[in-house]
Amino acid sequence: MNLVVCVKRVPDTAESEVHIDASGKDIDKSRLSFGINECDNYAVEEAIQIKERLGGTVTVISLGPKENDEVIRMALAKGGDEAIRLEDEAFDGGDGFAVAKALAAAIKGLEFDIVFTGALADDDGYAVVPAALGELLGVPHATYVKKVEILEDGKRAKVGRELEGGLLEFLEIELPCVLGIQTGINEPRYASFKGIKQAAKKEIAIKSAADLGLDPSEVGESGSWAVLEKFTPPVVGEMAEILEGDPEETAAKLAAILKEKGLV
Amino acid sequence: MKMLFELDEEKRLFRQTVRDFAEQEIRPHVDRLWETGEFPYDIVRKMGELGLLGIPWPEEYGGAGGDYLAYAIAVEELARVDGSCAITVEAHISLGSAPFYYYGTEEQKREWLVPLAQGRILGSFGLTEPEAGSDAGNTKTRAELKDGQWVINGTKCFITNPGTEMSGVVTITAVTGIRPSGKKEISNIFIPKGTPGYNIAPKYKKMGWHASDTRELNFVDCKVPESNLIGKRGEGFKQFLDCLDGGRIAIAALAVGTAQGAFEEALRYAKERVQFGQPIGKFQGVSFKLADMATEIEIARNMAYKAAAMRDAGVPHTKEASMAKLFASEMCMRTTTQAVQIFGGYGFMDEYPVSRFFRDAKILEIGEGTSEVQRMVISRELGL
Ligand SMILES: Cc1cc2nc3c(=O)[nH]c(=O)nc-3n(C[C@H](O)[C@H](O)[C@H](O)COP(=O)(O)OP(=O)(O)OC[C@H]3O[C@@H](n4cnc5c(N)ncnc54)[C@H](O)[C@@H]3O)c2cc1C
Ligand SMILES: Cc1cc2nc3c(=O)[nH]c(=O)nc-3n(C[C@H](O)[C@H](O)[C@H](O)COP(=O)(O)OP(=O)(O)OC[C@H]3O[C@@H](n4cnc5c(N)ncnc54)[C@H](O)[C@@H]3O)c2cc1C
Repeated sequence: MNLVVCVKRVPDTAESEVHIDASGKDIDKSRLSFGINECDNYAVEEAIQIKERLGGTVTVISLGPKENDEVIRMALAKGGDEAIRLEDEAFDGGDGFAVAKALAAAIKGLEFDIVFTGALADDDGYAVVPAALGELLGVPHATYVKKVEILEDGKRAKVGRELEGGLLEFLEIELPCVLGIQTGINEPRYASFKGIKQAAKKEIAIKSAADLGLDPSEVGESGSWAVLEKFTPPVVGEMAEILEGDPEETAAKLAAILKEKGLV
Repeated sequence: MKMLFELDEEKRLFRQTVRDFAEQEIRPHVDRLWETGEFPYDIVRKMGELGLLGIPWPEEYGGAGGDYLAYAIAVEELARVDGSCAITVEAHISLGSAPFYYYGTEEQKREWLVPLAQGRILGSFGLTEPEAGSDAGNTKTRAELKDGQWVINGTKCFITNPGTEMSGVVTITAVTGIRPSGKKEISNIFIPKGTPGYNIAPKYKKMGWHASDTRELNFVDCKVPESNLIGKRGEGFKQFLDCLDGGRIAIAALAVGTAQGAFEEALRYAKERVQFGQPIGKFQGVSFKLADMATEIEIARNMAYKAAAMRDAGVPHTKEASMAKLFASEMCMRTTTQAVQIFGGYGFMDEYPVSRFFRDAKILEIGEGTSEVQRMVISRELGL
């Protein structure tokens, strides 16, 4: 089984204060730490587990600058075999569709049975890449996938999609296909020191837009359907009700609200 | 000349892995471990599977094929979350396994280093005795060679890792004779757990490191084969001094991690805790403390990494290891003290991690050579 997994490097914003930068189109990332997008970590694990069960190879692909190598190498250290990084100024400012175009161009040249992506990116949350990638590659796709079972003929898979409230919708899908993986589908492993050492020796193939046969106008901002205009900070006070007063008063008010909404 | 102190990608990935492991597999259990003092078998076994119990040893002996710097980084990251888990790994590698790697015969390595490095058994080193602490040469434990066997009698105290279900072997220093000069001849001998006459006392109750296994060992006519000698007869003192050079680097890293854990708690708290109408971190009285803490941690980390890199490069590093251990452990005591201070009354409460970091810090100024002993070593290196 030939498996491809697309990984994104994202800033960790869970524990830090986030500020919009001077351009208004990005956040100030200078003090943030970065890592693999959470869903993608599960996608990597799923691909490696399938490879370990059925044999084959796992190719890791990431679009982005040199810093992405760390995310790629961690996936290699866990059991990935080959790696490609897409780097070109022409890719800058692309929306999910433009990113999918670049990824599709890289994947078209490979033999694949399943392409894994994360269901959603922690930073921009577009959740568009798996579906767009499936369409561009002309193969079936499913996303928010929380269960994957390769059927015996090796030509189809049974996949469970997570719906509201944890309900699973099961589909039978033909391979090759694209699956957008949801967190919690498996238990991502830790790379062993040995794996990390071996990964350090593996080559990461770098591909530009031209290498992929893409015209710069097709990708990046010019190849996007949606262009980021600006960020605005959340407006305080409109949605949230701030309770005023000393602890006794605020506790009483809170209790009254919870009661009124039937939550207690 | 390249002077950019930056870890390469391999080390950064390794740090990330150990950090993720500590956050996800250890952090959820630290309250319970502190409270009960139970030995964290599940965590230690998982660390073994990940290769963390044999980081600096070659793969052919079951190790991860890493180096001392990688090992120091791992200990630091573990200590950032839990000191007990960190010291379990540190004592296992620097003290319990190192003698086999550095001085063991091929056969001893196959039989003992491999399972130690793979994390199938835990190792200990017994140097300290009731009358031989800083003055380690004052060993009273005796090993007499009779009919091809060492007959061991004596007591070791404060020994890390000997009494768990995973514990497999302890290496001890023992007097094996008197030199013509009249001085004691000290040798290293290993004793498998379960050998008749090797008695292990119940766990000590400690100020910190609650989940680490520390015990008194007692040997009464304990017999092991002559081949259990490690290295040459009479070189025990020299051997453990070299092992301690390595151990001190790891203790320095452990101190950096402990300080870092406390610092992060204090930094977060200083941003959240409001007094006099603003977060306390806005008061210079608090922010300057944090600035000093961060600065000292950075210094200590650089010292520890430098000493580790020197050991990896095979250059003499007794002085640097001792300096790193001295500075890092005393820095850790200062930093954790200030972290408690920043938490005010809450820092004195058991359930706040800073109170644990504070109590875990003190031993770092004592174990593997007290601060005074480090100053003696450094003075000697200065030619005094
Ligand atoms: C939790 C824990 C784990 C340990 N694990 C191990 C282990 O795994 N293996 C092992 O062998 N040991 C272990 N030890 C023992 C540890 O290494 C000793 O406690 C340490 O070396 C100090 O020895 P001591 O306690 O006998 O103190 P002493 O040597 O009696 O020292 C008492 C005080 O006198 C000072 N002092 C002594 N001599 C001088 C001098 N010449 N000049 C100035 N000051 C001096 C010391 O610095 C210290 O402040 C452990 C200890 C603890 C607490
Ligand atoms: C065991 C124990 C017994 C106690 N018993 C009593 C008791 O019987 N009765 C009672 O009333 N209280 C009692 N206390 C509470 C104790 O007096 C307070 O904990 C103490 O006054 C500190 O207040 P805090 O804990 O809220 O810390 P905070 O006031 O939140 O202080 C946190 C940190 O910020 C620093 N800080 C605060 N403001 C500034 C500033 N403007 N500039 C610079 N630094 C600043 C503090 O010095 C401290 O380092 C007790 C506490 C303990 C732990």
